[in-house]
Amino acid sequence: MSTLVFLEHHGHELLKGSLGVLSKAAAFADADVAGVVIGSKVRALADQAGKFGAPKLYVADDARLEAPLPQPRVDVLAQLVRDKGIDTVLFGNSVLAADVAAGLAARLDAGLNWDLADLVQQDGKLVGKRPALQDSVYVDVGWKSEPRIALFRSGSFDPVAAGGSAQVEDVAVALEDFSTSARMVDQAHEESEGPSIEDAPVIVAGGRGLGGPENFTLVEELAKALGGAVGATRAVVDAGWYPYSTQVGQTGKTVSPKLYIACGISGAIQHKVGMQSSGVIVAINKDTNAPIFEFSDLGVVGDVHEVVPRLTELVRARKAS
Amino acid sequence: MKIAVCVKQVPEGNSRIDPETKRLDRSGEGALNAFDANAVEEALRLKDATGEGEVVLVSMGPPKAQDALRKALAMGADRAVLVTDEAAAGSDLVATSYTLAKALEREGADVILFGQQAGDSDGAVLWAAVADRLRLPVVSQAAEITQADGKLTVKRQTEFGYDVIEAPLPAVVAVSDAINEPRYPSLKGIMGAKSKAQATLSLSDLGVEGDRAGEQGSRTEVYGLNDPPARSESKKIEDNGNAAQAILDFLAEKRLV
Ligand SMILES: Cc1cc2nc3c(=O)[nH]c(=O)nc-3n(C[C@H](O)[C@H](O)[C@H](O)COP(=O)(O)OP(=O)(O)OC[C@H]3O[C@@H](n4cnc5c(N)ncnc54)[C@H](O)[C@@H]3O)c2cc1C
Ligand SMILES: Cc1cc2nc3c(=O)[nH]c(=O)nc-3n(C[C@H](O)[C@H](O)[C@H](O)COP(=O)(O)OP(=O)(O)OC[C@H]3O[C@@H](n4cnc5c(N)ncnc54)[C@H](O)[C@@H]3O)c2cc1C
Repeated sequence: MSTLVFLEHHGHELLKGSLGVLSKAAAFADADVAGVVIGSKVRALADQAGKFGAPKLYVADDARLEAPLPQPRVDVLAQLVRDKGIDTVLFGNSVLAADVAAGLAARLDAGLNWDLADLVQQDGKLVGKRPALQDSVYVDVGWKSEPRIALFRSGSFDPVAAGGSAQVEDVAVALEDFSTSARMVDQAHEESEGPSIEDAPVIVAGGRGLGGPENFTLVEELAKALGGAVGATRAVVDAGWYPYSTQVGQTGKTVSPKLYIACGISGAIQHKVGMQSSGVIVAINKDTNAPIFEFSDLGVVGDVHEVVPRLTELVRARKAS
Repeated sequence: MKIAVCVKQVPEGNSRIDPETKRLDRSGEGALNAFDANAVEEALRLKDATGEGEVVLVSMGPPKAQDALRKALAMGADRAVLVTDEAAAGSDLVATSYTLAKALEREGADVILFGQQAGDSDGAVLWAAVADRLRLPVVSQAAEITQADGKLTVKRQTEFGYDVIEAPLPAVVAVSDAINEPRYPSLKGIMGAKSKAQATLSLSDLGVEGDRAGEQGSRTEVYGLNDPPARSESKKIEDNGNAAQAILDFLAEKRLV
C-alpha cells in the first residue's frame, strides 16, 4: 500500500486534523507512507511532518500556491499520484480538503469515500467505516479500483508524535489555466474579536430557530444565569446574527463544556463534530424529528421562545433561593 | 446572464438505506433538497440584478424528481432539464459528476450554482468534481455573491474566518444555507410552473457511455450495514408548559445548577 496524506497548513503549522490522519496511516502494518505539503515557503513544515509519522515528505513549493485554493492543489496531486504510483490518498476534512479531494476524484476517476470515521484492513481489503443518515447507521464502504481517496470526518484521529524525521523530495509544479483563474482577494485571518468560548463550563448555543438576531438575548440571558458562554451555528454566523468567534462546529470551535444547551439548532453533522464531546447535551427544538435529538441527553420538543425564558427565570430563582 | 442551478431530489423526512440493495430507499415521497432552494433563490437574484437572462435547473434522478423540479420552477426558474435513466441508478461521485458535467456542457451557462449539501448523503463535494470536469473555476461555501465586469466576488467561511475570492465567468459556485432566505412560491408561480418546459434526457442523449454511469461507472462500493455504537440513555419530552421545570430538574439531578 503506497499511501499519500494531504497535509494542510495554516500559517506555520500543519493542521491537527491532517496530522491525525498521518498518524493513522503510519500505524498500518504494511504502510509505505508519505505526506505532501503544498504552498509557498512551506519546506520548514518537514520537521513537524516527520515528527508525526511521515518518513517521506513531498513538497510543492511555489508562489502560485500561496492562497489556500483547491484547484492548483488538484493539479499537483494528480501529477504526484500518477508519477509515484500512489494507490491511496487520505485527507482530513476541511473546506479546502473536501474540494481538493473531490476535484482529484474527478481528475483521476478515482473513488472518494467521505465522512469516514475510521479505515481498517479487513480480509486484505481496505474498508472505510462510515456513519451515515445522521449517524443512524454505520456503513462499511470500499473502493472498486485504485487510486482510492478517503476524506475523514474532523476529529477522527489524534495526532501521535512518534518523533521521526521526513526525507524531503521536491515536486515539480505545473498548473492548468483554469485552476489558477480564481483569485484570493482577501484571505481569512484569525479573528480575535469577540469572546472566547472554548474554556466555558456551560455553553448555551443558538441557531436559526431563534428566528432573528434580536432573539439572541434569550440565549444570552440563560447563559448568564448559568454562568456560561453563548455559542452559535454557522447558519446564524453567515447571516450576520452573531460573531464568528462564537461559532461551534467544523469551521468554528470544538468545545466540550460540562453542559451544552442547543436552542433552535437542527444538529447538522458539521455542528455535531464541534460539540459532541460535551458532558451533558440538552436540546430544545420544535421539530420532533430534528437530528439534534439523536445525540442529546435530554431533548425537549418545544418552542425556544417559550421554554428558554422560562428556564432562565427558574435558574435565577433557584440561584436566589 | 444564464445561470444553471444543480438541484437534487431527496427522500422526504427521515431516510433509510435498503439492506437488500444497500442503496438509499428512494421509494417514498420525494422533495426538493432543502439546501438547493438557496441556490435557486440566489440564481433568481443574480438574474434580476443583471436584468436579463435565464435560470435553468439541471438534475439527475428518478422520473419523480420532476415534482421537486416543479417546486423550483414555481419559485421562478425558467425551465428544467432532468437526466433520468435506469442505468444511472447507484451513481457515486465519479459517475454523477461525469453525467452532470455532460448535461451542463450543453447549457453553456455563465454561472453554475450548487446548494450546500444533499440532505441524504451530506457529501458537500459534488461541485468540485463537476468544476474539474468542466475545467472551470470553483468557489464553495459562498455566504455572499456579487457580480460585476464579468466576474463574481464571493465571501465564504473556512476554518479560519472569512475569505474573499474572485472568479471570472463562467464559474461554478456552491452557496451556504445562510446566503439568503428562499422565497415561497406564490400561487401564480405554482400555476405558472405547470406550463414551463421540463425536458428529460437519457444517458445516450448526452453521449454518456454505459460504463461511465450508474454502478458500472462508480468507483466506490458498499459492503455492509452495521448498527451505530450504543448511545448512553437519553430522554425526550414534549413541552406541555412544564418543560422548563423538567430541564431544571434534570440539571439539578446532574448537579449542573
Ligand atoms: C463545509 C461546511 C462546514 C460547516 N461548518 C459548520 C460549523 O462549523 N458549525 C455549524 O453550526 N454549521 C456548519 N455548517 C452548516 C451546517 O451544515 C448547517 O447548515 C447549520 O449547522 C444549520 O444551522 P442551524 O441549526 O442554526 O439551522 P437549521 O438547520 O435551519 O435549523 C434550525 C432549527 O430550529 C428549529 N426551530 C425553528 N423554529 C423553532 C422554534 N421556534 N423553537 C424551537 N426550534 C425551532 C427547526 O426545527 C430546526 O431544526 C457547515 C456546512 C458545511 C457544508
Ligand atoms: C448515505 C449516502 C452516502 C453516500 N456516500 C458516498 C460516498 O462516500 N462517495 C460517493 O462517491 N458517493 C456517495 N453517495 C452517493 C452520492 O449521493 C452521489 O455520489 C451523489 O450524486 C454525489 O453528490 P451528493 O449527493 O453527495 O451531493 P452533495 O455534494 O452533498 O451535493 C451538493 C449539491 O450538488 C447538487 N446535486 C447533488 N446531487 C445532484 C443530482 N443528482 N443532480 C443535480 N444536482 C445535484 C445540489 O446542488 C446539492 O446541493 C452517498 C449517498 C448516500 C445516500
